[in-house]
Amino acid sequence: MRFAFTDDQLAFRDAVADLLAKECPGEVVRAAWPDGADAHGARKGEGARAEGARVTKVWSDLAEMGVLGIGVSEDRGGLGMGPLDWVLLAEETGYAALPHPFVETACVTAPLLDAVDDPHGVLEELLDGRRQASALPLGSTLVPWGDEITYLISLDQGDDGTWQASRVKHGLAVGDDAERRRTLADTVDAGRRVVQLGVWESGGGFASGKPAQEAFDRGALATAAQLVGLGRRMLDITVEYVKERRQFGVPIGSQQAVKHHLADAAMRLRFAAPAVYAAAWSMTVDDPDAARAVSTAKALASDAARLTARKSLQCHGAIGYTVECDLHLYLKRAEALARTWGDAAWHRRRVAALLGI
Amino acid sequence: MDLTWSDDEQAFRAEVRAWLETELAAWRSRHDGRILSGDTKEGFAQHLDWERTLFDARYAVVSWPEEFGGRAASRWEWLIFEEEYYRAGGPQRVTQNGIFLLAPTIFEFGTPEQQAHILPRMASAEDLWCQGWSEPNAGSDLASLTCRASRDDDRGGWVLDGQKTWTTRGAFCTHLFGLFRTEPGSERHRGLTYLLVPLDLEGVTVRGFGRLDGDEGFAEVFFDGAFLSDDAIPGGVVLGEVGQGWSVAMATTSSERGLTLRAPGRFTATADRLVDAYRERSGRASGDSAHGLDPGLRDRVVQGWMEAEAYRLQTLQTVTEDAEGRPAGATSSFVKLWWSELDVNLHETALDLLGAEAELDSQWSKGWQFALSGPIYAGTNEIQRNIAAERVLGLPRK
Repeated sequence: MRFAFTDDQLAFRDAVADLLAKECPGEVVRAAWPDGADAHGARKGEGARAEGARVTKVWSDLAEMGVLGIGVSEDRGGLGMGPLDWVLLAEETGYAALPHPFVETACVTAPLLDAVDDPHGVLEELLDGRRQASALPLGSTLVPWGDEITYLISLDQGDDGTWQASRVKHGLAVGDDAERRRTLADTVDAGRRVVQLGVWESGGGFASGKPAQEAFDRGALATAAQLVGLGRRMLDITVEYVKERRQFGVPIGSQQAVKHHLADAAMRLRFAAPAVYAAAWSMTVDDPDAARAVSTAKALASDAARLTARKSLQCHGAIGYTVECDLHLYLKRAEALARTWGDAAWHRRRVAALLGI
Repeated sequence: MDLTWSDDEQAFRAEVRAWLETELAAWRSRHDGRILSGDTKEGFAQHLDWERTLFDARYAVVSWPEEFGGRAASRWEWLIFEEEYYRAGGPQRVTQNGIFLLAPTIFEFGTPEQQAHILPRMASAEDLWCQGWSEPNAGSDLASLTCRASRDDDRGGWVLDGQKTWTTRGAFCTHLFGLFRTEPGSERHRGLTYLLVPLDLEGVTVRGFGRLDGDEGFAEVFFDGAFLSDDAIPGGVVLGEVGQGWSVAMATTSSERGLTLRAPGRFTATADRLVDAYRERSGRASGDSAHGLDPGLRDRVVQGWMEAEAYRLQTLQTVTEDAEGRPAGATSSFVKLWWSELDVNLHETALDLLGAEAELDSQWSKGWQFALSGPIYAGTNEIQRNIAAERVLGLPRK
């Protein structure tokens, strides 16, 4: 029994955290938001913005570190590692609110293509960062960072419960047709640059059963890790703020009402994190209860992040309720991720079924 | 990371499981299958019988050194033992306040003579210890306590005056460990001493009173000039140094809030029973909505199960960190918040599952009443949130 990461795993996490701290601060996250007014006149992306080129640079930096191929075998140019090796990295991409499909490309699609012999010959381009992939779980039609995606799959369960991975045919983001017009949907977290698919065909099934289910579970696990990271970020931002902000002649963080909000958030995150790490271990060793562990992790992490978002906003007061304050970048990402790859209720139902109730 | 148990640990689990199955059945049949609450006079005697059964098989204090009655089990084995104990439906330990709250402090601050005398008698339940901290006007604000111990050098001892209260199981215990003000005129956490007090002294009156569930689980303890001789306990009646009572006592608080008092096995067992109860109940629920189960119940059952699982996993993480010399720090407050709120949620869900029948006395309704005390004792959850926010998050003190 040993519930801890190896020194190598922690060192890799630190390296990625350092890179993201430098290359992906709030102003870079905001730079991924569409500039100007949306269809309803809202100016969601206002505030301190970095140059757009810095958004692209983060992804190439990650590719250069080898992070995008972390779950791909060394034969195909990856690092040959598993969920236990990348779960902390996913958490850091959450902490940074990385404006790229790290989960979908590096954790879900690349390892799946590796497992089924790269049927469409795109793996090399995914690993070197030339191509981004996405995956649509559970019948979703929303493609995050859809304007850059050039390889798209769906992951669904058939009527008999069998998981199926299919390449998405037609629709907006098919193939590598970069010329095709992609319209960003107006969304709450516009920094996710969501493109909604219109009519599309789920054709070209290329994996079914276990590899497809594991691809889904990796997506839920990595998203759960991102949610823990997002929660930690919101808590850090808020703790700093309530130490500085003074009312009634004292820092508001000295008031019990504020302390109790943040203690609750910190507690939820502290108990969600081990569930996420244990799920990563379960998947890595192919534990028979891995699916239950993943769903437990995603349900707890979704709820913990959402609670932390609420508490953080409340402790900020009105300043938190602006687009200029960075908090909203993380709060909106948390809300979006809490509902992708199965929301908390979906995962609780899955745990229930796996417990036999 | 490796979340599997070694062969030796699995063998230990199997041994504990088999022993508990046999011995719990034997204990119940020795008492005609009618086991009363350990917080009643008659029930306490039954539970002492159980404690001695545990001690004879060296299961009373598995993690203690063998010389004191334990089997030097690792922290992992201790967790396994607790899982099996609650899985088997073992009763609440009437010795727990000594074993889990005082003993860690004795191990840390006790002299060899104190350890040699106190620990084996505690393990065998010859001496039964209760905690004397709270007073009528010192609860969450423990440092405002006023019980006095005045030095009497002529007679060689201390003269005790004042009142302790909310003393769990005090009416059935033989000894009290508590904080007394030994420096006249001292305030707050200064001038306090941690004393070990036999309760049969002249001038000590113990009066039991009913808890929320009606059991005589509480006591108030009156000291009216009671003389506590320095040699009332071999090795002495002072634990640590005179005047250092506060820092000595703080060692016990983290035990009380943290892992040692409420191992995850207790809650994973309750959660598993809740899942079983749901399965059984939904199996015979009729399809018509007036008599069927509330559709939200399954969700709550699963939530409780997941939170118990999260507690188990968080514990594995903490024990690993501890074993590898990276102590987690002041995180026991989060742990106390988690298990105490989880326990209430698990029991409330069970009562809702039982429906109108929940009103009848049952394991669940008794457990619910007990769970309600969790957010209050061992430092209220409001105090725990303050501690967590100040010591872990670094928020400024008031």
